Amino acid sequence: MLERLYRMLVKEFIQVLRNPRMRAVLFVMPVAQIIIIGYAVNTDVRHVAMAVYDLDRTPATRDLVARFEGSGCFDVVRRITSEPEVQEVLDSGEAKAVLRLNRGFSEALSGGGSAQAQFLLDGSDSNTASVALTYAARISADFNRSLMEQRFARTAGVHLDAEPVVLVSRAWFNANLDSRNYFVPGVLAMLVAVLTIILSSMSIVREREVGTMEQIMVTPIGRVEFILGKTIPFAVIGFVDVAVIALITVFWFRVPMLGFPPILFLGTGLYLLSTLGVGLFISTVSSTQQQAMMTAFFFMLPAFMLSGFVYPIANMPKVVQVLTYLNPLRYYLVIIRGVFLKGLGLQILWPQMLALALLGSGMLLLAAGRFRKTMG
Amino acid sequence: MPELAVTLRHLERRFGDFVAVNRISLDVRKGEIFGFLGPNGAGKSTTIRMLCGLLEPTSGQGTVAGYDILTEREEIKRGIGYMSQKFSLYDDLTVEENIDFFSGIYRVPPEKKAGRKAWVLDMAHLQEHRRTRTGLLPGGWKQRLSLGCALLHEPRVLFLDEPTSGVDPLSRRSFWDLIYQLAGEGVTVFVTTHYMEEAEYCDRLALIYRGELVALGTPSEMKGELMADQVLCVSCDRSHEALGVAAAVAGVRDAALFGRDIHLMTEDAAGLAPRLRQSLEAAGFQVDAVERITPSLEDVFVSLIEARDRAEGAQQEFRA
Repeated sequence: MLERLYRMLVKEFIQVLRNPRMRAVLFVMPVAQIIIIGYAVNTDVRHVAMAVYDLDRTPATRDLVARFEGSGCFDVVRRITSEPEVQEVLDSGEAKAVLRLNRGFSEALSGGGSAQAQFLLDGSDSNTASVALTYAARISADFNRSLMEQRFARTAGVHLDAEPVVLVSRAWFNANLDSRNYFVPGVLAMLVAVLTIILSSMSIVREREVGTMEQIMVTPIGRVEFILGKTIPFAVIGFVDVAVIALITVFWFRVPMLGFPPILFLGTGLYLLSTLGVGLFISTVSSTQQQAMMTAFFFMLPAFMLSGFVYPIANMPKVVQVLTYLNPLRYYLVIIRGVFLKGLGLQILWPQMLALALLGSGMLLLAAGRFRKTMG
Repeated sequence: MPELAVTLRHLERRFGDFVAVNRISLDVRKGEIFGFLGPNGAGKSTTIRMLCGLLEPTSGQGTVAGYDILTEREEIKRGIGYMSQKFSLYDDLTVEENIDFFSGIYRVPPEKKAGRKAWVLDMAHLQEHRRTRTGLLPGGWKQRLSLGCALLHEPRVLFLDEPTSGVDPLSRRSFWDLIYQLAGEGVTVFVTTHYMEEAEYCDRLALIYRGELVALGTPSEMKGELMADQVLCVSCDRSHEALGVAAAVAGVRDAALFGRDIHLMTEDAAGLAPRLRQSLEAAGFQVDAVERITPSLEDVFVSLIEARDRAEGAQQEFRA
């Protein structure tokens, strides 16, 4: 048993590591991807391009525009002087928002009345638009408060705090609400899944394609020896990749690592059971490497979409929410974020660990069972 | 080890409605080189795959090296060597790594490992190329290495599934020298082929056609008693055009070109020869010789297979 397994492992590692393209896929690609994605994946909305159409041109309107510029959320990229330009800047995408202040803005305010400001948004990117809208509302609320304070001071001669209740908010675990802290550890889960599922399934299917599988099957090697020989190398590579990516995440991107790293590795081990189980399963339903690759993508796309990586699970329809319980990625993401950002330990993460262990062993057993039937 | 290395009893394999192997029974004696012949798709590989435990028979029984092919597959796998038409070593491993791999998988005892490896390297003439990637070797060399890896554990029965397809004639010749040597050492060799000259090297032959066993015997038995037809060889000019004329002469069952000659199958060679010469000369051909010859294996198989097709055709007409 051990001699055969040892020989399988030696052979598998030689095959994987000797191929320069494979080496690149295993070790260069994940590093390059985490660095690129680490910089690119960022849902923070800052510096929204904005155009200003100021028809009033008074100190009051200049004050309001200055508040927009000073917030850091908006950059005034253009001052508009005619009506058609409003349409034009939004159409071309030069600006995502237009602030329009009509003639008489200042007059209305100084008369003690109410003035209107129009804020036009490009809603085609709904996420950016809604965040920008929140910023704009906050800026106008600040503007109002200082106006009110001025009015009270002028008319009643008293200094008044315009805001009786003040909400003091603090975000735990990610004080600046950096989306990078949220996304970068998640990318780790994605890369490990892609690597282990695709490579393990393709390595088995390749043997079937070139005919070595048949040669192996007439030897006395057992199914368990063969399957272990085909999965252990990719599990080892998966661990190495997790370690490398975690180091980059912590030391390059400065994402905090508050938890105990071995817990992350325990979770990774359980997660790899599932991904390798899926890889093995795919190899039993594919007869060519191309088929294996397509099937792997067919599995992975929904796995990412329904993992809570990008879209909150709580927003999904109930039926889909139930489905996500079968998604190993879902549990692994909780473990990763728990260990990185919250410093959680096993006393809190054990349900996720247990779920991964059950899913993983179930998946492996199912695939191994199917594997026997396809040997002939 | 029993005297019979391989036995088949009514072995059958169906794929859906298609009968790939139709109730074949035969015995292969220990130390024999047994040839399994037939056109592509006749069921040769399917049979060999059932014997090696790669495929389950639909019905019937069989033994290999004394073990049952239905219940004792693991024992069989330990005692046989298998090499298929498809080159099936790891191209990205070196010669030596491939040998070590199979040596480990077959669990060759540690004290024998070095000796077996040296034997394979010698046998395949690859001593100087032991660190060469297998994928870079020419076809004939790969074939020898492939055979060597299938023999590492000194199997008593060796299955070869079209082992020399795509190998040049010289390599094929040396490959067969090796097979003879093995048989001399008592190894039973079960080989499928569709090369007729290879069939001549075998001790005994089975002809399989459309999943059925059509004939069984030594090459000389096949050419003698099993051949119902006699063969006439005609040498004449423009043999290509003459073929049509010859085929139309009464008493000719079948006519085919063999190089510049025409081979004719007939039940009565002596009676046909003069009539044939007449007909050809009447048609303006220059006939050099008409003589009865010993049929080649190819003649035998063509004749047997066509006889089988005629019989089936007649049956179908009868049913209709």
